Amino acid sequence: MLPLDEARAAAAAVLDPELPVLSIADLGILRDVAMADGGSVVVTITPTYSGCPAMDVIRRDVEDAVRAAGFDRVEVRTVLSPAWTTDWLTESGRRALQDYGIAPPSRRTTSSGPVALSLSVRCPQCGSPDTRESSRFGSTACKSLWVCNACREPFDHMKAI
Amino acid sequence: MTMPALATYALRLGDDALVLSHRLGEWVTNAPQLEEDVALANIGLDLLGQARTLLSYAGEVEAAGRSEDDLAYLRDEREFLNVHLVERPNEDFAVSMARQLLFSTYQLALYERLQDSADPTLAGMSAKAVKEVDYHRDHATQWVLRLGDGTDESHRRMQAGLERLWPYVDELFGTDDLEHSLVADGIAVDSSALRARWDGYLDGVLAEATLSRPEGTRTPPGGGRRGIHTEPMGFLLAEMQHLHRAHPGATW
Repeated sequence: MLPLDEARAAAAAVLDPELPVLSIADLGILRDVAMADGGSVVVTITPTYSGCPAMDVIRRDVEDAVRAAGFDRVEVRTVLSPAWTTDWLTESGRRALQDYGIAPPSRRTTSSGPVALSLSVRCPQCGSPDTRESSRFGSTACKSLWVCNACREPFDHMKAI
Repeated sequence: MTMPALATYALRLGDDALVLSHRLGEWVTNAPQLEEDVALANIGLDLLGQARTLLSYAGEVEAAGRSEDDLAYLRDEREFLNVHLVERPNEDFAVSMARQLLFSTYQLALYERLQDSADPTLAGMSAKAVKEVDYHRDHATQWVLRLGDGTDESHRRMQAGLERLWPYVDELFGTDDLEHSLVADGIAVDSSALRARWDGYLDGVLAEATLSRPEGTRTPPGGGRRGIHTEPMGFLLAEMQHLHRAHPGATW
């Protein structure tokens, strides 16, 4: 493997501390891994939400992971633009969320701006589409709280943004 | 010492977000429902994130070595540039929901336009925040509809909440020479141009909520953008800043 690929693989494998079944690559917040002229590895990440409190931990975990892969000099940069969207979640990331008990976000239409979609959310436990939102905000900025009318289980849903 | 206009502008927007974030934090453990504690904490967190970007950027543009923490915790009242609306006390839950509706409707209109700013940091921050604030406005709208078109008691209190804060609305749309100069450079948004969109949305919500638009209220002179504040601001800062000032340089 080329050194850059090794660095990229190390950074990509870092897990989101608040959703520890998702890697930052699956979540779509790892934007770039590059070699700077001086030989240091530059990793670029973007936050899901402006105030995401996990960013500091993720930054540190990325530094540690890339160092552990044999790179002494690591720089983690944060960019805000282009703004993260749940459409950047990978297919494997969506499946991992589902298996973990969090209903993955619906796909946003490509043409619209911030338009609230109201497609039905499937219960990650029993698969029923007969669900209702119990709170528009959940345990982290990226989730809302739902209840399944079929199996009665409450569950988290990652909001589509 | 005079700050560059761009730094001042970033501070104005950042202080709005920071101070409202603090007010929303005061609701945690006091909201009418557990879900609402969570909702208001989340909204406050979004605003805090926006404030961190804006304050950090103000410090960077000023180039005097001040960090986001220096700007948040070590400035005094006269150096804060937020509008009065965000510093007013929470009071009744309906007053706070009125503020959320009035402010998020303004902030959404502002960020929608600021996405096209010639300044890449302001544009990037706005493009990200616009998705968050859209959700904030929706949350406030749901509450105003529910309380306004609810029981006699909830209607009375929602209307009273609007009346209470209406005098602070005009300040949102005030402009000055500093803003004009940045608008001319394609960096800032002309605040007065946001009024029509704001009015349109507000009137729609108020009509559906069976509430009436307050009128004939005395408009205070404003001055938040110049560092002149209402009495509750000093108390807010005392609470927000005391830990940092009591333990200078302390970290987690």
